[in-house]
Amino acid sequence: MDVLDVARWQFGVTTVYHFLMVPLTIGLGLLVAVMHTMWVRTDKPEWLRMTRFWGRIYLINFVLGVATGLVQEFQFGLAWSEYSRFVGDVFGSLLAMEALLAFFLESTFLGLWIFGWGRIPKRVHLAALWAAVLGSVVSAYFIIAANSWMQHPVGVTMDGSGASAKPRLTSIGAVLTNNTALAAFSHAVVAALMAAGALLVGIGLWHLRRRKLANGWEGAGDSAVDHRVWRRSVRLGGWVSLAAFLLVALTGDWQGKLMYQQQPLKMSSAEALCETEAPASFSVFAWNKLGSNECDDVHSITVPGLLSFLAHSDFSTAVPGVNELQERYSEVYGATYPDDPARFGDKAGEPVDYQPVLAVTYWSFRLMVGMGAVLAAVAAYALWATRRGRVPTSRIGVYGALLAVGAPFLANATGWIFTEMGRQPFVVVPNPDVPVAQQIWFFTAQAVSPGVTAAEVWTSLITLTVVYGALAVVELGLISRFVRRGITTGDGAPTPTGTPDGPDRADSPDGATDGDDVLSFAY
Amino acid sequence: MDLQTLWFAAVAVLWTGFLLLEGFDFGVAALLPVLGRTPADRHLMLRSIGPLWDGNEVWLITAAGAVFAAFPGWYATWLPALYLPFVIVLLGLIVRAVAFEWRHSSHDPRWDATWTHVITGGSLVAALGVGAALGATTLGLPIDGDGHRVGAAFAGVGWPAVLGALAILAFALVHGALFLALKTDGDVRLRARAFALRWSPVAALPLLVWAGLVHLRYGTPVTAVLWLIAASAVVLAWTRIRLDREGSAFAAWALMLVASAATIFGAAYPVVVPSTIDPAFDVTIGDASVSAYTLTVMTWVAAVGLPVVLAYQAWTYWVFRKRLTAEPQHETIGAEA
Ligand code: HDD
Ligand code: HEM
Ligand code: HEM
Repeated sequence: MDVLDVARWQFGVTTVYHFLMVPLTIGLGLLVAVMHTMWVRTDKPEWLRMTRFWGRIYLINFVLGVATGLVQEFQFGLAWSEYSRFVGDVFGSLLAMEALLAFFLESTFLGLWIFGWGRIPKRVHLAALWAAVLGSVVSAYFIIAANSWMQHPVGVTMDGSGASAKPRLTSIGAVLTNNTALAAFSHAVVAALMAAGALLVGIGLWHLRRRKLANGWEGAGDSAVDHRVWRRSVRLGGWVSLAAFLLVALTGDWQGKLMYQQQPLKMSSAEALCETEAPASFSVFAWNKLGSNECDDVHSITVPGLLSFLAHSDFSTAVPGVNELQERYSEVYGATYPDDPARFGDKAGEPVDYQPVLAVTYWSFRLMVGMGAVLAAVAAYALWATRRGRVPTSRIGVYGALLAVGAPFLANATGWIFTEMGRQPFVVVPNPDVPVAQQIWFFTAQAVSPGVTAAEVWTSLITLTVVYGALAVVELGLISRFVRRGITTGDGAPTPTGTPDGPDRADSPDGATDGDDVLSFAY
Repeated sequence: MDLQTLWFAAVAVLWTGFLLLEGFDFGVAALLPVLGRTPADRHLMLRSIGPLWDGNEVWLITAAGAVFAAFPGWYATWLPALYLPFVIVLLGLIVRAVAFEWRHSSHDPRWDATWTHVITGGSLVAALGVGAALGATTLGLPIDGDGHRVGAAFAGVGWPAVLGALAILAFALVHGALFLALKTDGDVRLRARAFALRWSPVAALPLLVWAGLVHLRYGTPVTAVLWLIAASAVVLAWTRIRLDREGSAFAAWALMLVASAATIFGAAYPVVVPSTIDPAFDVTIGDASVSAYTLTVMTWVAAVGLPVVLAYQAWTYWVFRKRLTAEPQHETIGAEA
């Protein structure tokens, strides 16, 4: 593999990894803030325990999000210096805004929330959490605005000509209200809520079942409070997952319509639609010759007219196929890369393949939607199984729900993999709304840092992958131990679900004034 | 002042702010094995930076973001030229961040000790690495006319990088000690004070040498004055430590950093990446900058955003202003020791 391929793997690996933490930070942050608010308003102990328990998981996850986010901030310069030079007038400012307006908010107020238990007035303490959560959402907005500008560059004009031509920002308003960004942002935020919902359902059901089998469920006093903790978690998580699935479908449909206009080749690749069809049918399952990226090898089972509907809200619109689009792109953007080794490296003069890797686009799209549907089904089951005070003891149901915690994470990852790999071979995709002469585009092949050697990128790719892998092992181990331990009561004694080693004093925020217990809660 | 100059100043302020803030948490972390004799001491030291380190780290992200936003040509030359050194810094920061969190997750003393060492190691690596990167960007990197590195992976790590690395680490150690003297009580406070008294004159040297060299290379009378302020601040800091005036000692040591950074950035201006190959290849703010419109947008964002950030960060420092003391560890957390 040359530098380009290694650098792409590195970006993919580190970003997908970062995005395992991100949805939970955003989604669980919002839900913990709701729990904390409920506690402040009702003073009921179960809401406090929920805040403490889920808040702890939120924090464990948050730190890893921060640690991996750091790599993201530097990556564009490290491995993608020519990309950074090219998009500098637009892209850097969005990252800087994210840092200034969102990351400070997140990290400062989260510190205040963690260490503020019992030290600052209750309402100020709650406001600190909301400020941190707002920071996460704002951060998602800016970074997605940056990403969406690569998918659909607006608010810029081309400065200069030839090899030194660069986009120049003309309207920051246009970049911040890019319809691609608004759609992707709303989609990603509701998708993040699915991740949090799944966690609440899976873990909540598991604890409910375990307590019931141990005959310690419901009970009185503390035990009854604990029972309500898990029950509320399941109900809250279930409803959030279902509602979020509905919203994810609506916002996803919005994205699909934009994609039809803005990145038609991504659309037809997602469907493995080779020839232009009117009406176009939606493919449910496709297969082709193993390893072939030839569209014509694909056979699929289809639903007539559905793709036309997804693209354009009626059942008859023509949707252009991969083959036709390939030709169109070659005519407009060149059948070969310019013969300029200084800018295009090994790719100079080579033919351009405008078709993304079909197997990836096709299956990542289906995994995203499918995993969302799996979770929605599990959430519906959980709500039904816990209706009117019931507790399910079905092994399959409960362990299934636990397994389904992974579904929204997979859906989130595949969603991005689809978005990002579907725009290849471009890193900045031309915007079809403007005349070709004024369009801006940039090939991934010219984005990579020319001065950096393959050995360096290999070294960093291998080290980062190994370190990330090790972090994942420890992290998952810690989270699952913490989850199994459950909640402990005010005096540190275990509740019937817990084991005695819990330092968390779930019930005594006000007793926690002297640092130590607060610390064991957080750092 | 034109916008490019303003943004050069803004970037300088952000890097200085980062060094000033993260400097003490790097320092405290690096001093854990030196000043923390018992687990309770080390716990106390970590508590002093617990609520603050993440907010401090965002200064680094913002400083890097501002370089990218205002001077993509700087960002795109500097980072790949020091590719592996930057990756090492990132690894240091990653393991440090998770170690803060993970230390507490088990009651096994060895587990705690391991992650405490990781915090120290990660902080050392990060402080050295950031110093190296800053040293190189003010005193020189082997870059050609296109801004690409000439030479192998570590070709960028010459003596300027080594000097910068030493300067930042030494500064951070004393800064961390002074922070502990200010924020804690008991044995740790006494030991921290003694450490600062003993080492501050030596620790200031590499930073003063670095600032002096940049001044000699490009300086103006103004940077000469700034350098003298930095040098006097060391003397002032030292005398204040002797008098056990922790607050003003901390402030004087901070002034030393601010004045040195002002000397360095002020003298280097308008060069952002000097080339050790040929001065004609130096990258200046004019070569590296974004358009006037983007700078204007960023100026508005910063003018509104930065004061708000400063206000709430100052407020958290005020909330956590209380001096911390090591208490006998009680039952529920005793196992952590
Ligand atoms: C949809 C949301 C989203 C996306 C697509 C990304 N991130 Fe992220 N990022 C967040 C949402 C987020 C967050 C929710 O705000 C995080 C996650 C965990 C956390 O601590 O904050 C975060 C953390 C985080 C941090 C650490 C912040 C801190 O110290 O507090 C940095 C520097 C970045 N990210 C940078 C990036 C870059 C350069 C990305 C593009 C490749 C990126 N993130 C993708
Ligand atoms: C929103 C902020 C994001 C930005 C600005 C961004 C930007 C980029 C850039 C510059 C590249 C490298 C060039 C290329 O290979 O095309 C890339 C590739 C990639 N990104 Fe993103 N990305 C973002 C979010 C994500 C997320 C959240 C994921 C996954 C969870 C992701 C997955 C990938 C993958 C898999 C690649 C490699 C694609 C390939 O090379 O074929 N991206 N992205
Ligand atoms: C239910 C139907 C869904 C539809 C119709 C849908 C549609 C889409 C489309 C068209 C895109 C690509 C946008 C582009 O490349 O321009 C996308 C991206 C994405 N999807 Fe979905 N999606 C659905 C479900 C989900 C679910 C369940 C999740 C996760 C829980 C999810 C997470 C994502 C993410 C993270 C991205 C990439 C970021 C973005 O562009 O917003 N999606 N989705």
